[in-house]
Amino acid sequence: MAKRTTEIIVGLFMIAGCAALLVLALQVSGLSAKSAENTYTIYANFNDSGGLTPRGRVSMAGVTVGTIESITLNKETFQARVEMSIHSDVDNIPADSSAVIRTSGLLGEQYIDISIGADMESLKDGDTFYSTQSAMNLERLISNFASGRAEN
Amino acid sequence: MIDRIAAFGRLGLDVVSSFGRSGRFLAGVLAGVPRPATGFPLLVKQLYAVGVLSLPIIVVSGLFIGMVLALQGYTILSDYGSEAAIGQMIALTLVRELGPVVTALLFAGRAGSALTAEIGLMKATEQLSSLEMMGVDPLRRVVAPRLWAGFISMPVLAAIFSVIGIWGGMLVGVDWLGVFEGSFWGNMQSSVDFVDDVLNGMIKSVVFGFVCAWIAVYQGYDCVPTSAGISSATTKTVVYSSLAVLGLDFILTAVMFGDF
Amino acid sequence: MDSSAYISLRDVVFSRSGRRIFDGVSLDIPRGKITAIMGPSGTGKTTLLRLIGGQLRPDSGSVVVDGHDVPKLKRKALYAFREKMGMLFQSGALFTDLSVFENVAFPLRVHTKLPEDMIRDVVLMKLEAVGLRGARHLMPSELSGGMTRRVALARSIALDPELIMYDEPFAGQDPIAMGVLVKLIRDLNSSMGLTSVLVSHDVPESLSICHYACIIADGKIIGEGSPEQLREHPSGQVQQFLQGQPDGPVPFHYPAEGAARDFGLSGGVS
Repeated sequence: MAKRTTEIIVGLFMIAGCAALLVLALQVSGLSAKSAENTYTIYANFNDSGGLTPRGRVSMAGVTVGTIESITLNKETFQARVEMSIHSDVDNIPADSSAVIRTSGLLGEQYIDISIGADMESLKDGDTFYSTQSAMNLERLISNFASGRAEN
Repeated sequence: MIDRIAAFGRLGLDVVSSFGRSGRFLAGVLAGVPRPATGFPLLVKQLYAVGVLSLPIIVVSGLFIGMVLALQGYTILSDYGSEAAIGQMIALTLVRELGPVVTALLFAGRAGSALTAEIGLMKATEQLSSLEMMGVDPLRRVVAPRLWAGFISMPVLAAIFSVIGIWGGMLVGVDWLGVFEGSFWGNMQSSVDFVDDVLNGMIKSVVFGFVCAWIAVYQGYDCVPTSAGISSATTKTVVYSSLAVLGLDFILTAVMFGDF
Repeated sequence: MDSSAYISLRDVVFSRSGRRIFDGVSLDIPRGKITAIMGPSGTGKTTLLRLIGGQLRPDSGSVVVDGHDVPKLKRKALYAFREKMGMLFQSGALFTDLSVFENVAFPLRVHTKLPEDMIRDVVLMKLEAVGLRGARHLMPSELSGGMTRRVALARSIALDPELIMYDEPFAGQDPIAMGVLVKLIRDLNSSMGLTSVLVSHDVPESLSICHYACIIADGKIIGEGSPEQLREHPSGQVQQFLQGQPDGPVPFHYPAEGAARDFGLSGGVS
């Protein structure tokens, strides 16, 4: 019957809409089931957090392993304290690894790259990176280069 | 000179009174709980006419807009060596802006004008009057299902538009221009936030859906029941809807993404 | 007031967009009879029907139908009240997206909870009454003008109303269709005991079936009575209308400035 067909088509249409929203959620915004899974939190202190933003990505060897949760100022050390949540299945980050702020492409977003250390122990929930490397500040780099000084 | 001022004043009064009438009209449409038993089949029929039949134009436009965004974005971004950011550029433009706005504009042209013409013609052929004389409220019987159908269809169409657009962008960016697929999606996922971007875009399209459907049914219901009246009402629907969408888009964007 | 009056209008004044359409019209429409309301085009005959149906409200005066003061009815009561009246629109006003059968079934589906097989029986009965039982599967676009009106008639009697109003039922019909409609209106009135109000400017047809007639012109009733009384009416305007004379109390020319001036014959005086 024609009425039945209409109802089915409209049903499919609504399903397509929901599916599209699901794609936007999972594939486009990366709201994956993984991030809803358990994560653990680690911290890193940077002298200059540059253009890092919350929900930026944290990667290891180019693979995204977590996201930046928040960036706050540590009032005692005047450093930027970055809180990041790491997928709990990546539980063997060596304790002497360092967090490096990198830029994807020349003008891309800044993200944290974890360069792997060699320690047998690994970072646990609540730990802080021992060594960090701050954002490369293009302006400072140029002025350093122009005045002939070595990198400070 | 006085005549000019008077004309201006009259214009103002007309505008205000038409706002008032359309508001009362809306209240009349939404007043009363729709009875699910009779209301649902009517709604389904209208969802088909308003939503499903708009799908082809939405899909085709979404695909091409996504592909064009990829091409344009690639030429600009490759100057800076950041072709990989193309995914995020396409996704953000589509999800935040083009998805809701272009869908609403297409919707106003495709479905809004049809709604106006249909209701206007029903008025001109006395079908609305005859409903009234049969003791059936045309606002609830004819107008309400169409209003709701527009309201529901728009976010659905906008979501489909965005997805198709992103897919089109991927076709061009990844398969043709050779951007690395992993960074295409990775960049996109790290910069698009579900609540801030996707949901805000959806809220926009819900608002647009409501406004477009309202304008369309009101223009149809209020039109002068002659062929000239219907044609001018149809034109008004498209013009007013487009302007309302663009204006509201600015306001909503300022509220959602502006840093106040 | 006449005790047998089904509808009674008292001093109804109505104006639209600054133009006064009715200027103190008083009229009683008897119960169970066919009343014809005639008048030249543009005198607001259709408006009168809309006032009776409560679609328009008079500026002043009262419209009482079967004891209800129509303009004062609340929205809900008004809709309930309208279930008792049927109206045949000039264009038929069939729902173009529904078949003939569904058009006639529409009021039944909306206002009653009858089971499907009873709706079917009622619809077929009503279609039989207008002689279109065989056309039930057609769409409105496939019908001729006369058939459209007959279907619309079947639809307006679907709920067995007490009152039925015909808006120009004869306009633009061929002689056969007109004969069919005249017969239908007469039969329906006698068989169902309906009160019928007929708005028309087709004088011979209207006078041939009505029990009572009135003529409206210039916002007033200029003559009323039985068809015989009207034919003997002393007013020149009534006679001009009934006999269709081109010139008379209602002038052939729309009021205008002197022709000599418009045609520029009086030596360029502007």
